[in-house]
Amino acid sequence: MVPALAIILACQLAGEVISRAVHLPLPGPVLGMLGMVAALTASDRLREMIRPVAQGLLNHLSLLFVPAGVGVVAHLPTLAAHGPALAVALVASTLLAIVVGAVTFTLVAKLVRSLPDE
Amino acid sequence: MNDAALIWSYLASQPLLWLTATLFAYWAGDSLYRLARRNPAANPVMLAVIFLAVLLGITGTPYKDYFEGAQFVHFMLGPATVCLAVPLQANLKAIRKALIPIAAALLAGSFTAIVSALAIAKALGAEAGLLATLAPKSATAPVAIGISEALGGQPTLTAVLVLLTGMIGAIFVTPMMNGLGLKDWRARGFATGVAAHGIGTARAFQVHDTAGAFASIGMGLNAVLTAFLAPLVLPWFL
Repeated sequence: MVPALAIILACQLAGEVISRAVHLPLPGPVLGMLGMVAALTASDRLREMIRPVAQGLLNHLSLLFVPAGVGVVAHLPTLAAHGPALAVALVASTLLAIVVGAVTFTLVAKLVRSLPDE
Repeated sequence: MNDAALIWSYLASQPLLWLTATLFAYWAGDSLYRLARRNPAANPVMLAVIFLAVLLGITGTPYKDYFEGAQFVHFMLGPATVCLAVPLQANLKAIRKALIPIAAALLAGSFTAIVSALAIAKALGAEAGLLATLAPKSATAPVAIGISEALGGQPTLTAVLVLLTGMIGAIFVTPMMNGLGLKDWRARGFATGVAAHGIGTARAFQVHDTAGAFASIGMGLNAVLTAFLAPLVLPWFL
């Protein structure tokens, strides 16, 4: 577990350093994720080592959002002032994005004859 | 000072109390979520946030003091983002097979999510800081928080908007897709992952395995694309 954690943290660290050094719009952890995809593809041994630790962490992904979520207490005035605008924007844009994404996928898949496996 | 006040002044100055409270609040939220048979409306994060917000209100604890303890949990978001590489890498083959539809749906879905949210919020009177906070809401929380910080938004408010986005997607996706007669599980899952990240992905896995796998691809790819698109699109609305 310790080697896996060390490698995961090293990916994030490298991502943070590169993101800041080159002024990329990508957050450090996203760069770290891309680096990890490349590393996992290159090495079977690494994949075996990282997978259980990553699964363990991702199984509890929701927990990690709680501290930032509690920050809502500091934003109650903003939410009260803009509640209706935010609610309409969130509901409409989320539903619209799902429909547009799914319809685009279906149409393009038909166009290029990329069929589902079943 | 009596004993209770002494004990409280110790606890209030240490991270232990609020770290413990965070884990217990999530445990309680998750138990209720299971009791509600994983109904997306009983989202465990939302429940845990409500419990903790009430607790902070009752004890008069400022968020800054709470975060002293909760930061250890918050810190793990970065490593967790790196770990998203594992499901993404495991699905590389499926991605290659459907590369063109994936690329088209990713661009269309991600762009729609950002532009429509900003356009509606701006039309309803939201100012610049709030728009920057809202722009990355379809990306998975650790990434959205990073983007919001970089754009000058309020990261903690972004986290709340991200959670709400996921819950909205998870609640409405199945009836909506059935209503539209869309039957390709890849399309349904992928679009859900793009628009409603991890919470939508968890919902997709409950409905169909293929939908779940494609949802996790959509979530991972949109984390990357939103980091590029949000800073590009935001200035159009300022």
